[in-house]
Amino acid sequence: MERTLSYLDAIAEALEQEMRRDPSVIVFGEDNIGGMGCEGKLGNAWGPTKGLHEKFPGRVLDAPITESAFVGAAVGAAATGLRPVVDLLFVDFVGVCFDQVLNQAAKLRYMVGGRAKVPAVLRAMWGTGMRRGAQHSQSLFSLFAHVPGLKVVAPSSAADAKGLMISAIRDDDPVMFMEHKLLYFSRGAVPEDPYAIPLGVARTEREGGDCTIVAIGRMVHEAVAAANILAEDGIECAVIDPRTLSPFDAETVYESVERTGHLVVVDESPRQCGMASDIAALVAENRFRALRNHPTTVTGPHAPVPFSPTLEDAYPPNADRIVAAVRSTVAAKDRV
Amino acid sequence: MATTSAVTQLGRDRLLDAYRTMRTIRQFEERVHTEFATGEIPGAVHLYAGQEAVAAGVCAALNETDYIASTHRGHGHAIAKGCDVTAMMLEIYGKAGGLCGGKGGSMHIADFDLGMLGANGVAAGGAPLVCGAALSAKMRGTDQVAVAFVGDGGANQGAFAESLNLAAVWELPCVFVVEDNGYAQATGTSYHLRGLNVASRARAYGMPAEVVDGYDFFDVLDAANEAVIAARQGGGPALIECKAMRFFGHMEGMDGQAYRAADEVDRLRADHDCLDNFARDVLGAGALTADEIAEIDGSVAALVDEAVRVAKAAPAPELSELLTDVYVSY
Repeated sequence: MERTLSYLDAIAEALEQEMRRDPSVIVFGEDNIGGMGCEGKLGNAWGPTKGLHEKFPGRVLDAPITESAFVGAAVGAAATGLRPVVDLLFVDFVGVCFDQVLNQAAKLRYMVGGRAKVPAVLRAMWGTGMRRGAQHSQSLFSLFAHVPGLKVVAPSSAADAKGLMISAIRDDDPVMFMEHKLLYFSRGAVPEDPYAIPLGVARTEREGGDCTIVAIGRMVHEAVAAANILAEDGIECAVIDPRTLSPFDAETVYESVERTGHLVVVDESPRQCGMASDIAALVAENRFRALRNHPTTVTGPHAPVPFSPTLEDAYPPNADRIVAAVRSTVAAKDRV
Repeated sequence: MATTSAVTQLGRDRLLDAYRTMRTIRQFEERVHTEFATGEIPGAVHLYAGQEAVAAGVCAALNETDYIASTHRGHGHAIAKGCDVTAMMLEIYGKAGGLCGGKGGSMHIADFDLGMLGANGVAAGGAPLVCGAALSAKMRGTDQVAVAFVGDGGANQGAFAESLNLAAVWELPCVFVVEDNGYAQATGTSYHLRGLNVASRARAYGMPAEVVDGYDFFDVLDAANEAVIAARQGGGPALIECKAMRFFGHMEGMDGQAYRAADEVDRLRADHDCLDNFARDVLGAGALTADEIAEIDGSVAALVDEAVRVAKAAPAPELSELLTDVYVSY
């Protein structure tokens, strides 16, 4: 029987295996050990760093709540020989340290004419659904994907989370590693030995010849649910998980669209200047003749994420909305 | 004024080096000022003239393997850390062969081989980076020290305050050097920086901090030695606040310095020139001769002449450089 792990434990296993393999890998962030400076027990981290400090004493640090300083420190440490994996907790907190991400991490190598590299990983929780309100529920990967110099990874499964984390740590460029908070306790088969999934390679979750659905993060699971519903009516959808948003594997999407002629892009973050609209635009620009209808985006609204469970549940796309979008686009198949 | 023993203690070679460094910075900056006015230097250039004793004094306390991170006003720090003057001039002109291939310019001059982690276009941008470099040294078990230069303007940044705390929490081998040159752009320190001074803020984070005369190489060197040696030996971070006003405006090309008293720069040049102070001290102590000083002045002038000649004659970077170095791999 295949071994299964949670998404959270898969990331933890990647951290542990890479720290064991490479002594230059260090880990820090708020409560990455948990309990430093307290009278009680050490080791109160709840996320993927839980217990790491016992296996690698001195290489895991708690940081004060000063994201500018410690994210900037990750850049400095990376540029001087280490491979820091740094925890921003909620991606929303990039607001207090965006300079370090935008102007320091992303641009250092270019500004110095290639005489430095910044092999740092910035881990961050993203996404709606945890009842945390507007400042703890954003996606924001579109901001990062917009910035040259950054790589952006957003796994949707435990197996991808492990393999992509291993690649992110081994990568010589700064990587934003986006962990969907609602996927932490989802489980899947995860090989025990270390393995690297290359950045910039999409995964086709499901094959289908009638419509291509590109979905990001937790939306991959909604897209698969939608595809299963549509299959009952004889509409077969391909579901593509880009896995990496920058670099973006456009070729896999193009190949699928050339077969299906229809594109639906699903992203829980707002459409405006976002990944979904960018993917739709890429296909429109580069595979216009393959399309039999306009690309369709299914996204969150142009609004902050609300707190009330009733309102929050209405925010992200779901299988029903994806089903409707696919039906609408494929219905036009014979008219164009 | 430095005592005779403080001067002679340093030894001839280091005195010659110190003077050469300060003279090179001054000559470089005076020349960039002149050349900028011709319109041939693109973009924004912030000159360091007047503050040479700070860069030279601090870097004289460092080893080649130690790190510095600089500011937007970074030419002096780069020269003091040993960056090639011609490659720097090429960079400022945006030419091929520049220290960063012409892709950084004045505000991003860096030489990682010399531990110069870069000038920085964001005020206090170097402070968090230096925390990381110091953490790296500590984790790798070396005795390297990292120094962040920050202006009086940058000293008000949140990232700077955060860095002081982080350096103290992690007991990092780093030194923060605040250069109070009197102005954050065109806003005076007495207005924008409240409390006694930056040193008192640093002490509040539990680190030793000292205010020194930034026109006096020997004062700066003494303070830097104390801080750097302590950091190297595991004593944690320290801060040095150097008072030295700049001779030029915030930025070349916007040079109406109406915010300064009419005769302020003339008075600085007459009474607070760190090169004059240094020459007075070393000649007074009989440690160097006027001929030796003059010989350095001549050779530095020739060096900077040559740098400008090379920079003017050099080609622009290849257009293909636009897309290189964005990533290691993509």
